[in-house]
Amino acid sequence: MIQMEYYLIVSTILMFVGIYGFITRRNLLAMLISVELILNSVDINFVVFNRFLFPEQLEGFFFTLFAIGISAAETAVAIAIIINIYRNMKNIQVKNLKNMKW
Amino acid sequence: MITLDLIVFTVLALFITVSAVLAVTTKRILRAATYLLFVLFGTAGIYFQLNYSFLGAVQLLIYAGGITVLYVFSILLTSSEGDKAEKLKGYKLVIGLIATVAALGICLFIMLKNPFVPSNFEHGELDVRTIGHALMGTGKDGYVLPFEVISILLLACIVGGIMIARKR
Repeated sequence: MIQMEYYLIVSTILMFVGIYGFITRRNLLAMLISVELILNSVDINFVVFNRFLFPEQLEGFFFTLFAIGISAAETAVAIAIIINIYRNMKNIQVKNLKNMKW
Repeated sequence: MITLDLIVFTVLALFITVSAVLAVTTKRILRAATYLLFVLFGTAGIYFQLNYSFLGAVQLLIYAGGITVLYVFSILLTSSEGDKAEKLKGYKLVIGLIATVAALGICLFIMLKNPFVPSNFEHGELDVRTIGHALMGTGKDGYVLPFEVISILLLACIVGGIMIARKR
């Protein structure tokens, strides 16, 4: 039988892998990919808590459903900003983003 | 005791972990996006295994079908061919690694020290009728207000994306 802890271990590892990528990557798109990993780990946590602890209620289920939608919106806006930065600076490395206005 | 469920879960967990580690360590950004796609597939598999088929389908449709395409297009637009991630300075990498491994250790220690009450869950598919009634319900357990708010959010996001990325 699968214990609840197994799922939580997977999601914890996913979360910290995402944090590691966020603080070591220097490319804006790679940082955004790390943010997606973190969001996914939180989604797994919500679903697992809902399934194991409160199977007759649906709070975690709907939280994950809305989190998926919001992360899609967040990704679209972030990629629009990144493409705009690329158009102005020809580069999306973090070290080149010293000035946001020019 | 080893059951089919446990084998499926172990395969999924290894798949997710290895893909996630590769996604943040690989040098080429397009490969990172591909490994992210694998992580999303694995997460959808976990949802299917927990008997939330609707959520797994949503994950596959929106994440694996929509967001990954967006990533691949933007990577192709913004990075030239053979573009590799530049090397970080060694000590920065080591500091980041130590910080994350220490935090991971603390979190796992606290989580595994305290046992959770339910050790297993009852299998049973969540009825789509129940999801629909809860999503459109206006009562105590209804979610019609967040549903409307997220539709406004998506509209604002479409307008904002066009405004930011258009050519001037």
